[in-house]
Amino acid sequence: MEAKTMKERIKNLFLNETLALTILSIIMGLLVGAVVIYISGYRPLEAYRLMLDGIFSRPKYLAWTVIRSTPLILTGLSVAFAFRTGLFNIGVEGQFIIGALAATLLGYFLKLPAILHVPVVFFGGAIAAGLWGAIAGFLKSKFGVHEVIATIMLNWMALYLSNFAVEQEAFKRKGTESSHDIHETAKIGMDWLKESLGAATKVNWGIVIAIIMTALIAYLLFKTTVGYELRAVGFNKDAAQYGGINVKRSIVLSMAIAGALGGAAGALHVMGVSYHVSILAAMEGYGFNGIAVSLIGNNTPFGVILSALLFGGLTYGGSKMQLIGVPTEVINIVIGSIIFFIATNRIFRYVLKCLDRKKLQKGVQ
Amino acid sequence: MDAIKEHIDFQTVVVEMKNIVKKFGDFTANDHIDLKVHKGEIHALLGENGAGKSTLMNILYGLYMPTSGEIYIQGQKVDVKNPNVAIAHGIGMVHQHFMLVKPFTVAENIVLGMEPTGAFNKLNIKKAIEDVRALSEQYGLHVDPEAKIEDISVGMQQRVEILKALYRGAEILILDEPTAVLTPQEIRELIVIMKNLTSQGKSIIIITHKLKEIKACADYCTIIRRGKRIDTVDVSQTDENQLASMMVGREVSFAVEKGPVKPSDIVLKVEGLVVEDNRGYEVVKGLNLEVRAGEIVGIAGVDGNGQTELIEAITGLRKVKSGKVWINGVDITNRTPREIFEAGVSNIPEDRQKHGLVLDFTVAENMVLENYRKEPFSKGIRLNYDKIRSFAEELMEKFDVRPRNKELKARALSGGNQQKVIIAREVTNDPDLLIAAQPTRGLDVGAIEFVHRALVDQRDRNKAVLLVSFELDEIMNVSDRISVIYEGKIVGTVNAKETDENELGLMMAGGGR
Repeated sequence: MEAKTMKERIKNLFLNETLALTILSIIMGLLVGAVVIYISGYRPLEAYRLMLDGIFSRPKYLAWTVIRSTPLILTGLSVAFAFRTGLFNIGVEGQFIIGALAATLLGYFLKLPAILHVPVVFFGGAIAAGLWGAIAGFLKSKFGVHEVIATIMLNWMALYLSNFAVEQEAFKRKGTESSHDIHETAKIGMDWLKESLGAATKVNWGIVIAIIMTALIAYLLFKTTVGYELRAVGFNKDAAQYGGINVKRSIVLSMAIAGALGGAAGALHVMGVSYHVSILAAMEGYGFNGIAVSLIGNNTPFGVILSALLFGGLTYGGSKMQLIGVPTEVINIVIGSIIFFIATNRIFRYVLKCLDRKKLQKGVQ
Repeated sequence: MDAIKEHIDFQTVVVEMKNIVKKFGDFTANDHIDLKVHKGEIHALLGENGAGKSTLMNILYGLYMPTSGEIYIQGQKVDVKNPNVAIAHGIGMVHQHFMLVKPFTVAENIVLGMEPTGAFNKLNIKKAIEDVRALSEQYGLHVDPEAKIEDISVGMQQRVEILKALYRGAEILILDEPTAVLTPQEIRELIVIMKNLTSQGKSIIIITHKLKEIKACADYCTIIRRGKRIDTVDVSQTDENQLASMMVGREVSFAVEKGPVKPSDIVLKVEGLVVEDNRGYEVVKGLNLEVRAGEIVGIAGVDGNGQTELIEAITGLRKVKSGKVWINGVDITNRTPREIFEAGVSNIPEDRQKHGLVLDFTVAENMVLENYRKEPFSKGIRLNYDKIRSFAEELMEKFDVRPRNKELKARALSGGNQQKVIIAREVTNDPDLLIAAQPTRGLDVGAIEFVHRALVDQRDRNKAVLLVSFELDEIMNVSDRISVIYEGKIVGTVNAKETDENELGLMMAGGGR
């Protein structure tokens, strides 16, 4: 009897809970990865053990996992926020670039005490990218340009704008393909932790800021009139307009906030890890990965945090599998499979429901 | 009585559903329901919104699996696992919302999935057109096989749906609320078509809550209330009052009780209003209208004479091209919806799912769609969910929204209860002018009575009410004055007590007074 209710409970969890389905998808993704590793001629268990060790075995590794995850939290949050308001923000990559560029410019050209410099650089990056995102929102609300088209184009414009800026003599560091570093007053390293983890480990306050931002966005979306308006427009523009909500303004605002989050990711990355921007031949992928992070996190603010940590862990820990020769591409296969299984998790639901139905019919007979 | 029922073959039972139970979690939608339909019979399923009629038919059509119970089709026990099984056994269903590919032609839609093909699997469109033409002639369902769906009327689209089922060899047709979207003329035509079909040996199950139509077309009627079968009656042996009280479980009054009208100040004044539709054609062409406090003015007219655009223009959802709109003497022409709302106008919109509700919001969130910015529902930018919830609870109780769960998404409510949410919200605004567009479309008699009561209450509290409806009965019963709209203009205004259907009908067809 006891066992049965337990079984029932587990089944119900699987039938109803997105969380359980997500975990199942992650396991399935890892299994697919294992098969690929095996086919490539390596031992999957050993490879995965190396990956886990690469994340958890030393504090330094854990720190790096968090550092890797920080920008993904914010880019994922940006995509999730836009999704919740009915927009698909593919432009988070470009917003990240604009945020990083603006932060570097402010961090290098301005000379301020740290207590002012840090917020100026951070908010400067976020506001610049917010305006950048608002361009797509404006184009959509004024001319009906779909935000996917607009933001893809804006991504390329951001990339070349950044490259152009770095090329300028006043900004470019001689002999390199990068800009000058920002001043110490604009950096957000946790120096006291660096002593124990080693100076090369760039532990910084970014993670704390990212988590605070997530909480703020969750509050904004679900507890305020602004969030009510944005979600109403996302779900049903006509009813929102009927209710007196300014739909056009909401679309611009939503893209601006999403852009600001992408920009915040870029700014924190510069302030905590890279300290400068470089000439980019191609996009780095922080933004695009944000789309995957948002999807795995079920487009919820707190799901995004967990999902970004998973993503950061897989990419950082996964690189350790190279020690026995496993190519890092395997990690991309694992991530791809997880996303595939999440996107197709209806299949799981369907299978479970069918099993359920068969049992019911047996019971009747 | 048997003279009327010559078309029924009482020896042949085409559908028998025995002891059907369907549970959704703890909720029992169908509680041991029996249903028997003979060949050539038109059998009506009558019940309130959410009584379980659609659920029963979805089980017969294979969209739901019953929790328990048996289904016999043409005498054979069938496990209707999915619609394909149902279709294979000669069951066809026409849903309330049509499932047609709009850019395709009539013929293409009808043969879709069973296309006649020639060599190399090439689609033989000529044969498709011929087949459709032959089928439509056989059953008197006249359609143009080569017309595109997006170009034909809703009534025609319904014929296409019926033909689609017949093309798949349907012997038993299920029609889910078929008249909800039709004009009175189209309803009469549909009834002729149904009789024609049964005279050729088809059987029809019609889901409805319109008593008049049951009297007009059905042979037998099974009444369902809260998931239980109440009775199956011979329609010729009963009357509308009896049917209504069986459906609702109490006596229902059709006449709207109201005291004498005491109109006072002008609340709404519209002068020379010109409005364009989405395609840029003028559909409201210099319209004049006045509604006073303490009266209900009904706008009668056939669908498509500018009613929708008129209301959208008054409420700020559509731009006014020229002309003026005043509320209490204040010019609100081309103001925003919020400004017009603040000026004292509330609106029960025609399309409840498009304009009236955010379906993915909870009922509680929907209850404050216009007032979320005001105290006590919010302070600054912070929403006060406790206040919103208790407000919603209060309204759901007062307006009997079922199920009484404020956290449910609006999408999960039945159509009638969705409408009650909107009416609760708009009436509670206590506006100077309440506009009600098709407020009872798709509602059952119990709910209709309730809505009419709410409108009359507003009037009795010395507020102005503007009612737009395509149902002439409703207009005549509820209104104090009736203005007839034809081709974007008011062609005549009459006192509701001094007119009749004939006079109104003449004006609605363009014969002004």
